[in-house]
Amino acid sequence: MAARKSAKKPNTSKEELLGYYREMLLIRRFEEKAGQLYGMGLIGGFCHLYIGQEAVVVGLEAAAKEGDKRLTSYRDHGHMLACGMDPKGVMAELTGRSGGLSKGKGGSMHMFSKEAHFYGGHGIVGAQVPIGTGLAFADKYKENGGVTFTYFGDGAANQGQVYESFNMAALWQLPVIYVIENNQYAMGTAVKRASSMPDMFKRGESFSIPGEAVDGMDVLAVKEAGQKAADHCRAGKGPYILEMKTYRYRGHSMSDPAKYRTREEVQKMREDHDAIESVRALLLNGKHATEDDLKAIDKEIKAIVNDSAEFAKESPLPAVEELWTDIYA
Amino acid sequence: MATEILMPALSPTMEEGTLAKWLVKEGDTVTSGDVIAEIETDKATMEFEAVDEGIMGKILVAEGTEAVKVNTAIAVLIEEGESADDLAAPAPAAAPAAEAPAPATASAPATPVETVVPEDPEIPEGTEMRKTTVREALRDAMAEEMRSDDSVFLMGEEVAEYQGAYKVSQGLLDEFGARRVIDTPITEHGFAGLAAGAAMGGLRPVVEFMTFNFAMQAIDHIINTAAKTRYMSGGQMTCPIVFRGPNGAAARVGAQHSQDYAAWYAQIPGLHVAMPYSAADAKGLMKTAIRGDNPVVFLENELLYGQSFDVPVMDDFTVPFGKARIWREGSDVTIVSFGIGMTYALEAADKLAEDGISAEVIDLRTLRPLDTDTVIRSVMKTNRCVTVEEGWPVASIGNHISAVLMEQAFDYLDAPVLNMTGKDVPMPYAANLEKLALITTEEVIAAVKAVTYR
Repeated sequence: MAARKSAKKPNTSKEELLGYYREMLLIRRFEEKAGQLYGMGLIGGFCHLYIGQEAVVVGLEAAAKEGDKRLTSYRDHGHMLACGMDPKGVMAELTGRSGGLSKGKGGSMHMFSKEAHFYGGHGIVGAQVPIGTGLAFADKYKENGGVTFTYFGDGAANQGQVYESFNMAALWQLPVIYVIENNQYAMGTAVKRASSMPDMFKRGESFSIPGEAVDGMDVLAVKEAGQKAADHCRAGKGPYILEMKTYRYRGHSMSDPAKYRTREEVQKMREDHDAIESVRALLLNGKHATEDDLKAIDKEIKAIVNDSAEFAKESPLPAVEELWTDIYA
Repeated sequence: MATEILMPALSPTMEEGTLAKWLVKEGDTVTSGDVIAEIETDKATMEFEAVDEGIMGKILVAEGTEAVKVNTAIAVLIEEGESADDLAAPAPAAAPAAEAPAPATASAPATPVETVVPEDPEIPEGTEMRKTTVREALRDAMAEEMRSDDSVFLMGEEVAEYQGAYKVSQGLLDEFGARRVIDTPITEHGFAGLAAGAAMGGLRPVVEFMTFNFAMQAIDHIINTAAKTRYMSGGQMTCPIVFRGPNGAAARVGAQHSQDYAAWYAQIPGLHVAMPYSAADAKGLMKTAIRGDNPVVFLENELLYGQSFDVPVMDDFTVPFGKARIWREGSDVTIVSFGIGMTYALEAADKLAEDGISAEVIDLRTLRPLDTDTVIRSVMKTNRCVTVEEGWPVASIGNHISAVLMEQAFDYLDAPVLNMTGKDVPMPYAANLEKLALITTEEVIAAVKAVTYR
C-alpha cells in the first residue's frame, strides 16, 4: 500500500479539518460501541464494522452536493453517519428496536433514508452497483444534476453485475461515481488471491471509464478526488471510478478471527496510516487546535455515541403487528 | 421433377400467416437464395428465400391471401422442359418440404373456443367492445400509462428499434422517443438491478424480459431488491416496477426456453404476480401494475399474444389485483386456472358440457394476491375442484389451492382436489414428447370425470 503522508492542502481551513476530525471520530467511536453492544448480545446476526476506513466516506461526503445520492454494501454504518443520519436511529436498528431507522425490521445491513438520500444498506455482494447505476439513470432522466456515489468493496469488484453496470453507465453516460473501497481483503481473501488484475481503478478501462487510485487513508486526498469525479459526472461526461486504497482494522464481521493477516500488519497500518491520527496531527501541528480542544470534541462525540447506545437499549421492540406491515403499498 | 414450395413457419409458434407479396412471377427462373415472397406473421414481415432451383411453374396462393396455414403448398417449381400444365394433379407430398421445419402444431394449444366473456362489473353496461390481441392490449396499456405519467419508461432487449422481440412494444419508440423506450444490452442481471434503482429513485420502470427464462439471471434483483426494499426500509423506500415478458412454454424451443415461473414468483411476499389470459385482463392488469407502488411480476404468454378478445373501449379501464374472474358458471365441478391454462380449462368445460357435466371455470388472473375466496365460494357450490396449470407439479399453484381448500372448505369437498400440471420433466424438444410433457384438454376432462365419478 502506497499511502503517503497527509499533506495539508493550503486551502484547507481549520473548520474543515475540525469537521473531518469530528465526523471520522464519530464513526470510529460509534463502531467501537456497536462492537461492544454486539459482545453484550444486544446486536444480533451480522455486524460489519467500518473502523479504519472512515476517511473514505467522510472525504467523499465533503465532495457531495445536496441532493446527491449514496448507497453501499452491508458495511454501512459509517456511510449513514457521514450523510447525516441520526446515530440513535442507526444504533437502534442495530439492536432491532422500534426506534431504528427501519423500525427494527432491516438490521445492520438494511437501512435507508429518503431525507439523507441514502439508498441502502445492501446485503448481497455487488447488488448495490446496478442499483446505484439506476439511481443515476433516474437523475439523468429527470435532469436534476444529481450524482450517485456507489460504494462497493474489492470483493464485489469481481461480480459480473459490476461490469454489466459499467457498460450501461458508460453507454448512457450516467452520472455515477463507482467508489471501490479496496480494504485489501474480501472477507478473508486477499486481493491478490482473488483478482487477476489487482489494480481496481483500471477495471473500467475497457468501457472507457476513467479511474484513479486514491490514498483512502487521507481524507483530504479523498475529498479532492471526489470533487474531480463529481465534476466529471456533473459535466455530463458519464461515470468515474475511484479506487480507495484503505484498510479495515477489524475482522470482516464480528465473528471473524482474522487469521488471514498478521497482527503486525494491522498494527503497522494503525500506527503509520490512521486517518484520524493524520488529521489530528495536522490540527495540532498547524496550531489549529490544542489538545484540550480535541479532548472536548472527543468528549462530545462520546456523549453522542453513549446517547445512541442508551436509546438503542431503551427503545422498545417493534410491536408484533409490525411483522405484517410495510410489505405492500 | 416438380417441387412444391410450402408456406414456411417463420417462428416457433407460427401456425399461419399472410402471403403479402410475390416477388417472382410464373415463368421466372429461381435460384437458391432468391427472395421469392414476403410473408407476414403476426409479429413481422419476413422475406422468404427459395431453397431449390427451377422455374416458377405455378403460383398456387395469390398474394394478399391471409391465414395461409403453415405447410400449405403455395407454389410449384418446375425444371427445364417441364410444363406447368403437367401439374394438374400435384403429386401428393412427393416433394420434399424444402422450406422451414414443420410447424409446431403438436404442442400449440387448442384454438380457444368461442367463449362469451362474462359480464364484468368493472365495465359499464353498453360499453363498446373492440377485438384486440393480447399483444396490442399490452402495448395499449403501456402507451396509456406512459402518456399520463412521464416517470413511466420501458426498458429491455430489442424493445425500441426492433419494436419488441415479440412486437409487444410496437410503435412505442415512435411515440415516446429513445429517452423512454430504451434498448438495453443483453445484460438481464444488470438492467433489472438498474431499473430497480431507478424505481427507488422515483421513476416507474417497465422492464421487458425477452422471456422469463432469461430473468433467472436477474432473479436476485427481482426478489432481494424489488420485493424486499419496502419491508427492509420500514416502509420508507418503495420500488414501483413492472417486470414483464413471455413466460412458460412456447413451442419446440426446448428445456431452457420453456418454463412456467408462476409458482416461483407467487411465493415471494413483497411481489405482486399477474398472469392474464384474455386481452382485456392483460390491459387492465398491466395498467394497474404500472400505476401501483408495488413491484409486479407480469407473466405473459407467447402463444396468447396473437389471440383476440373483446376489450372494452374506455378512457381508463383497469382490473384490480386479487380478484378472480368467473368465466363460466357451472354446478358440478370448479376448474381453477390462469394464463394459458385457461385455454385447456375452457375447452374442457365445453366438451364436458356435451357430456352433461357443468363446469364452473375460474381465471385467477393474479397469483399474488390470490383470490381464494372466489375459489372457496365456488367449491362450496360444486363440491369438486380441478386445477389446471402448465408449470411443474411440485409446489405448484394447484398444490396451494388444494391446501387452502382442505383447510377452509374441507367439509364441502366430495372428492380429492386434482392438480393438473405439466409433467415433472424438463421440456423435451421432440414434437411428440413435448406434447406429452404439456397439460392437455383431455387430461383436464379425465380429471373432471374422476372427481365427478363419471
